[in-house]
Parts: sequence; structure tokens; C-alpha cells
Amino acid sequence: MSSKIKLLYSILVLIALLLPLQDFIYLVFAMKVLCFALFACAFNLLLGFTGLLSFGHAAFFGTSAYITAHLCKEAGLSPELGIVFGVLSSGILGFLIGSLAIRRQGIYFAMVTLALSQMIYFLAVQLPFTGGEDGIQGVPRGMLFGLIDLKDDVSMYYFVLAIFFLGFALIVRTVHSPFGQVLKAIRENEPRAVSLGYDVDRFKLISFVISAALAGLAGSLKTLVFQLATLTDVHWHMSGEVVLMTLLGGMGTILGPVVGAGIVVGLQNYLANIGSWSTIATGFIFVICVLAFRRGVVGEITHFFKNKS
Amino acid sequence: MFELLGITPQGLVAQLLVGLINGSFYAILSLGLAIIFGLLNIINFSHGAQYTMGAFVAWIGLTQVGQWFGFPEFSINYWFALILVPLVMGGFGLILERTMLKRLYHLDHLYGLLLTFGLALIIEGMFRHWYGISGESYPAPELLQGAIPLESIGIILPKYRLWVVVASLVVCFSTWYVIERTKLGAYLRAGTENPKLLQAFGINVPLMISLAYAYGVGLAGFAGVLAAPIFQVNPLMGSNLIIVVFAVVVIGGMGSIMGSILTGLALGLIEGLTKVFYPEASGVVIFVIMAIVLLIRPAGLFGREK
Repeated sequence: MSSKIKLLYSILVLIALLLPLQDFIYLVFAMKVLCFALFACAFNLLLGFTGLLSFGHAAFFGTSAYITAHLCKEAGLSPELGIVFGVLSSGILGFLIGSLAIRRQGIYFAMVTLALSQMIYFLAVQLPFTGGEDGIQGVPRGMLFGLIDLKDDVSMYYFVLAIFFLGFALIVRTVHSPFGQVLKAIRENEPRAVSLGYDVDRFKLISFVISAALAGLAGSLKTLVFQLATLTDVHWHMSGEVVLMTLLGGMGTILGPVVGAGIVVGLQNYLANIGSWSTIATGFIFVICVLAFRRGVVGEITHFFKNKS
Repeated sequence: MFELLGITPQGLVAQLLVGLINGSFYAILSLGLAIIFGLLNIINFSHGAQYTMGAFVAWIGLTQVGQWFGFPEFSINYWFALILVPLVMGGFGLILERTMLKRLYHLDHLYGLLLTFGLALIIEGMFRHWYGISGESYPAPELLQGAIPLESIGIILPKYRLWVVVASLVVCFSTWYVIERTKLGAYLRAGTENPKLLQAFGINVPLMISLAYAYGVGLAGFAGVLAAPIFQVNPLMGSNLIIVVFAVVVIGGMGSIMGSILTGLALGLIEGLTKVFYPEASGVVIFVIMAIVLLIRPAGLFGREK
């Protein structure tokens, strides 16, 4: 890591840590960005670094959201335990869906993940514990480790920030590990990775499960922040949104998904008042990204500086 | 046996008919997807939105156009719409292909999927903006209103539904015939195998690809016109259907035209049967079948392993 990038990261961390001191940015909004940034980073591990386009990541995000919401509200579990169970459930679901989906490649992979996640959506509509159209509302944020009251937005913010850093560090570590190098090899040239003797399917599956579990972590956090889990979390529009965040920020870059999540969540917040236009705007951003700048915001910037030097 | 399970034969036949109708829509939409995928290598995610658009264009033509121009009595005849709407949609597809999709052929497949996903959001969002999410109604043509009573088995057969099944079967099988049995179809199939070689024989491959996309979109529009009098015309009708169609495509394997037609019809019927015997599962049965098929035959029922 070069010193410039280290400096950039230090500044970003400092800004994140000092955020509660100001009034310009609403803290709940910042937490929402962090949750979706984690979700997009988890998704990017799969798309950007393994080359697998999953179109069903809402299933993991939503399942974990529902499990955490249910356990914290009905069973009165503490928030950290709720998150642990949420992540476990989305990890297991990731293993099931992943082992089916990696049997097909490319576009088929995307369609299989999409269809299977739609199955989870139907289950969420019909199972009694999810509350159907209403979802699970009024989830208590609870006391973290029995000590810190998360009802306070500032302590909740630092909790979310800490979890985000942990998840982000885990992803960075994974990407730069020998395991991550094998994943990149699979992305670049799968037949060659096979001929080098790697069990490609196993690597893909492990990457899928990690990604699903981290997406679940993001879902659990989101539930605690907003104190609710609804059908929106499992709907396939959510899967599309996370693809957009990653694509817009720059797939295969470390910071890209964070930037993408910030832009998309920001746009939605500002466009929320004008109804259907936010869907239309999202669609246009998709089209423009695919046609004009496929590297995404971070990808284009890095590319620009690389060309200059 | 029926009495044993608490199901009347009438109920069974009625649900099978509903299943057959849904199946004809699955067949016609997955056929369009298969044609587009075959030549363009693009999963047309906007297929559902284009089906919605077909239904809306028909509805606009039938109920709105007259008012716009100050002739409330004027409306486009259903039979005319059945031909006009697919042509309009085909033209729309042609523009999309020429201006956008064309730029993506040399790239990874996933960009095509993402672009068409964006288009689907735009189309869906626009109709939602203009007409809200409550449905609009669209009358069946006079000729097809009413029903045929079948007293021997005690059910009433709505004429329009029968017409939908017949019309979509005719369109599906004539498409199959053209692709598998004629010279034009031979060019199309050659284009999917080896476009460069075909170009060397003097065939205008880019034009062929554009027309194939236009035809696929036209099929979606045709399905939309057929669907309008049965289902409510609303902006979400396509996005709900398209995921089931994707599952149909995965199960069928998209390797063959006939495969997509037969799988579509069969899955519609299975869904109908599930509604009779275990209604709670009718929403997920297709996805369960998909999971099982993937375990046994990853390439799908009619697909070839590559």
C-alpha cells in the first residue's frame, strides 16, 4: 500500500470518527450509508473479485434482517446475539443457494440466484413470523453486551462504524490473501485455474458463503438501525440496487462499493419525494454506467491517475 | 379418488385451464428470451417490462387515443392492436438494439443483463409515474366475450381464455417451424453457431441480429396484448412474471426452441395442479423444480452441456 493511499484511508477514518460532532449530515443517514456500503462490499467480493454476478443477494440481506428482528423482538435477545444468529442463517442460506448456483456459469448463474432468492421472497410473504406485508416493526435496539444503550444514535453510530470496519477489513484481508489471489485467477481465466489444479467450485462456494454472510451482517445492522425488517429487504429490487452500487462505484475496486453506496443512498434520500422518478433515475444511472463508464467512479479515477503517471 | 382428496373434477379442470393459460404466457416469453439469447447472447431483463409495455400500448390504443385527439368514440380495434402492437414494440426493440445493445456485444454477458435491467426500471417507473400501480381494465373483443358451457363435465369455458391458449400455441409453433424448418431459420441457427462464417457467405448478420431482437420484443408485446383482457394492466405485471420465466428458462435449458415452449407449458400446468392440491406452495413450486433440475441436470432439461 503506497503512502498516498494510506493517507487517504486515514483521512476517511478520521472523518467517519468525527461525524457525530457536526449537524450537517443526519446520523441515521450516515448509518444507512454504512450498512449499504458493507452490503455492497460483500457483493463486490463476489462480483468484482471472483467474477460471479449474483442477482439474489437480497435473499441474504433480508433473511438475516428478519431473523435478527424476530429474535431481538420476540425472544428478547441482545443485539450482538441477534446479529450472530442473523449472520449464521444467511451464511447457511448462502451455502445452500451457492452450492446450487455454482453448477451453472455466467448469465445462468445470475438467473439461478435471482430465481432462488425470489423463492425466499415468497417464503417471507407467506411464513407467519415475518408479518407479511407489514414486516416486523418496532425492533428494540437493546443494550450492547448489556452495557451500552444503543437507543442513542451516537452510540449506535459508533457500533455500526465498528462493525463496518471489521467487515471491510475482513474483505480487504480476503482479497489480498493467497485465497483472494486464487479467486482473481478464477475471475480472469477459469479453465486455467482448473488446469493449475485448483478446486474451482470449492473456492467459488467459499467466496459465495463469505459474501452471503457479510451481506447478512449488513442486513442485521440495517434492522437494528431502522428497527424494522420488511419485504423490501428481500425483494429483487434490493438485489438490483446492490449491483448498481457496485457498478457505479467501480467493481473490483476496494473503495468503489462504499462510494457507490453513498451515491445511491444519497440519491434515494433526495429523490424519495418525487415517487416513481427515483426508479426511473436508477434505471438511467444503470444505462449510463453500462454504456459510458463501465469502470465506475473509483475505477475511472484510478485509471485516470494510472494513465497520467 | 377426487372425492377422497376433497377436490372436485370441476375445480381440477378449471385450475388446469388457468395453468395452461399461464403456461402459454411462460412459453411465449421464454421463447422470445431464447431467440434473443441465441443470437445476441444477451439475457433480455427488460422482457417483462416490454410485455407490460405491450399491454399498456394496447390499452392506450383501445381506450385513450380517441380522447387525446378529441374523438371519444374512436378506438383501435382489438384485432388490429394484436398486429399493430407487436410491430410498434418490434420497432422499439430495433431502436434499443441499434442505439444501445449493439455496443455491448464484445463485452462480458453481464453488461447486457445490467443494461436491460436498467431499461426495465425506466419503463416500469414511467408507467408507474403516469398510471399509478392500480390496474387498468381492458375489455375482450365482442366476438370472444361469453363462455362455452361444457355440461358433461360441469364447467364453463370462457371463450377469451381458450383463444389465448390457441393463439399463443399457434405463434409459438409457427416460430418453431420457421426457425427449425426453413432457410431463414437455418441462417439464424448458423448465426448463433458462427456469425463470422455466415457473414463471409454474404448474409447481413448485424441486420439479422437486429431483426431477431425486434422479433423477440415483438413477441413480448404480443403476449402483452393477449394478457391485457385477462389480467389487469398494471406497471408491475411484467416484473412479477419475468422471474418465473427466468426459472422456466433455467429448467428448460434454453438450448432449444421447442424446449422453451414445452417447458413453459408444462410448468404452467404443474403450477395449476399445485394450486389444486397444495395452494400454499403454488408460488414456489417452479423454483423448487428448478432446484431439483439443477441438482440432476445442471444444463437444464433440453440444454446441452458446453
